[in-house]
Amino acid sequence: MTPIRPRGTNPRPLTPKERERFDFAVIADWIPAGKHVLDLGCGDGRLLGYLSETKAITGYGVEIDHESVLRCIRNGIDVIQIDIDGGLSGFEDGSFSHAIISQALQTMHSTERILGEMLRVADEAIVSFPNFAYRVNREAIAAGHMPVSEDLPYEWYDTPNMRFFTIVDFEALCGRLGIKIRERLASDVYGQPVTDDPNLNGSLAFYRLGRS
Amino acid sequence: MIGWVFCFLMLNTMSSENSVGVVAPQRFRHDAPMALKGGGRLPSVELVFETYGTLNAARSNAVLVCHALAGNHHVAGVYADTPNSEGWWDNLVGPGKPLDTEKFFVVGINNIGGCYGSTGPLSINPETGKRYGADFPLVTVEDWVLAQSWLADHLTIDTWAAVIGGSLGGMQAIAWSLQFPERTRHVIAIASAPKLSAQNIAFNEVARQAILSDPDFHGGHYANRGVVPTRGLRLARMIGHITYLSDDQMNEKFGRQLRGGELGFSYDIDFEIESYLRHQGDKFAGFFDANTYLLTTKALDYFDPADACDGDLTTALLPARAGFLVVSFTTDWRFSPARSREIVFALMQNRRRVAYAEIDCDAGHDSFLLDDAHYHAVLRAYLENIEA
Repeated sequence: MTPIRPRGTNPRPLTPKERERFDFAVIADWIPAGKHVLDLGCGDGRLLGYLSETKAITGYGVEIDHESVLRCIRNGIDVIQIDIDGGLSGFEDGSFSHAIISQALQTMHSTERILGEMLRVADEAIVSFPNFAYRVNREAIAAGHMPVSEDLPYEWYDTPNMRFFTIVDFEALCGRLGIKIRERLASDVYGQPVTDDPNLNGSLAFYRLGRS
Repeated sequence: MIGWVFCFLMLNTMSSENSVGVVAPQRFRHDAPMALKGGGRLPSVELVFETYGTLNAARSNAVLVCHALAGNHHVAGVYADTPNSEGWWDNLVGPGKPLDTEKFFVVGINNIGGCYGSTGPLSINPETGKRYGADFPLVTVEDWVLAQSWLADHLTIDTWAAVIGGSLGGMQAIAWSLQFPERTRHVIAIASAPKLSAQNIAFNEVARQAILSDPDFHGGHYANRGVVPTRGLRLARMIGHITYLSDDQMNEKFGRQLRGGELGFSYDIDFEIESYLRHQGDKFAGFFDANTYLLTTKALDYFDPADACDGDLTTALLPARAGFLVVSFTTDWRFSPARSREIVFALMQNRRRVAYAEIDCDAGHDSFLLDDAHYHAVLRAYLENIEA
């Protein structure tokens, strides 16, 4: 599937830029070319730019942060500045093929509502997030500290994250909300897929979700 | 007391940098009758306009600036030997400014019905030899856009790189994308709305009643009697001005400050806000035409492109081909962000290109005329990406 580096060729953790590329590649792999997507918490719009360049995917980014909105506009991204914690009430049902939240769900307050709204406005939802139960994070907690790791790079006092959850937690929530997991992938910090105990060995998690 | 005076002085000083310099208005005459949307007819139309920058060889760098209620064609620059004559959007338009006249050829125009030189109530009706006055027919946003298109023809501009406007000016920009989709590459609609709300119409009606009930109005034929309905205009402007500012900003600027330091127990000015409003009203009544005010507020009230589509804005915006930048201000309650979002959602439903920025600015509706750094950065970023 995605352009993950073959195991063993370069056994160092991915740089932030490589990690972003990996994140984008996984998401792009799950969206057929030419689709119309909504990217929630789109930052400076790089994912949308990537999807447009590599697969002719169109769509809009949604962002609340003023500087990010400005960068989107500079980047020629169609960005809509609204607060999605207030829901997606202006968006019509099924107006997108995919609603994406790339590593931003943990920064949003109304998690359940947003997941429900994503699957209202789009046929599928794609979510990626840092796994709080990743081994390195567990070790930090065991040693008495809040974790700071590749995919959770913030100190506790300046993190934009407000929801801390694990792969197991997320799947439990999907179950409770009646959300169907159509595909999932956990990766380590080397950009390798993790199959052995993903909740322990996966640093980053990706989900392709649908209505059940 | 001098807070706001100082504020305006500062703006003027700041905007003198990178000015387009000395400018002069031009005139264009359309020598055929104009049938108006409301059924009226004008025997001919004259438009006063200004241009800044240079039209490129491909004629692809032209930007039309549409004015709001009290605006005009003098968008940028100064008039020779006239102090304090900066155009109303001088902070935006000029060399190196967000609407960069080194890249774009910018056109400002006074709409028909106006009182700054274009055919309007103060003009002589060639068929009667008298001023139109109250006989000037009601005009609509769509009529304005049609007249603007004749000026575009005259200037040999097939396609606008962008049509930009705030408030009522934003409505014209939207109307351009619907009436002339193939001539409008980008629309920048700031602090605008797809139609007025009942509250907005109500404010306009109060303003109109102030003018209509002024004893000097004389059914709109005040000019023939050599008078001006100053009191009505003054009141109209005062109520308008309240709605252009935000509650917070008004409190911050004026609070309950007293002009004379103590209550007067009379109906003279006690509070600074009263002084400010009276000053704004007097200033406005000194130069603006009452009939123009009346017909312009009606044009605002009547604008509703969705009306022809059973109120469905999404369907109404289907003809638009332009890329849109929609901008609103958090403290604008006259044209609130929610109204801008209606435009944005309709465009998204149609899968049109649109970016939407909601600017944190405490100055209410009038924010669109100010030079808030983030606001101007957003406009600059969007305009820089437009191919000239």
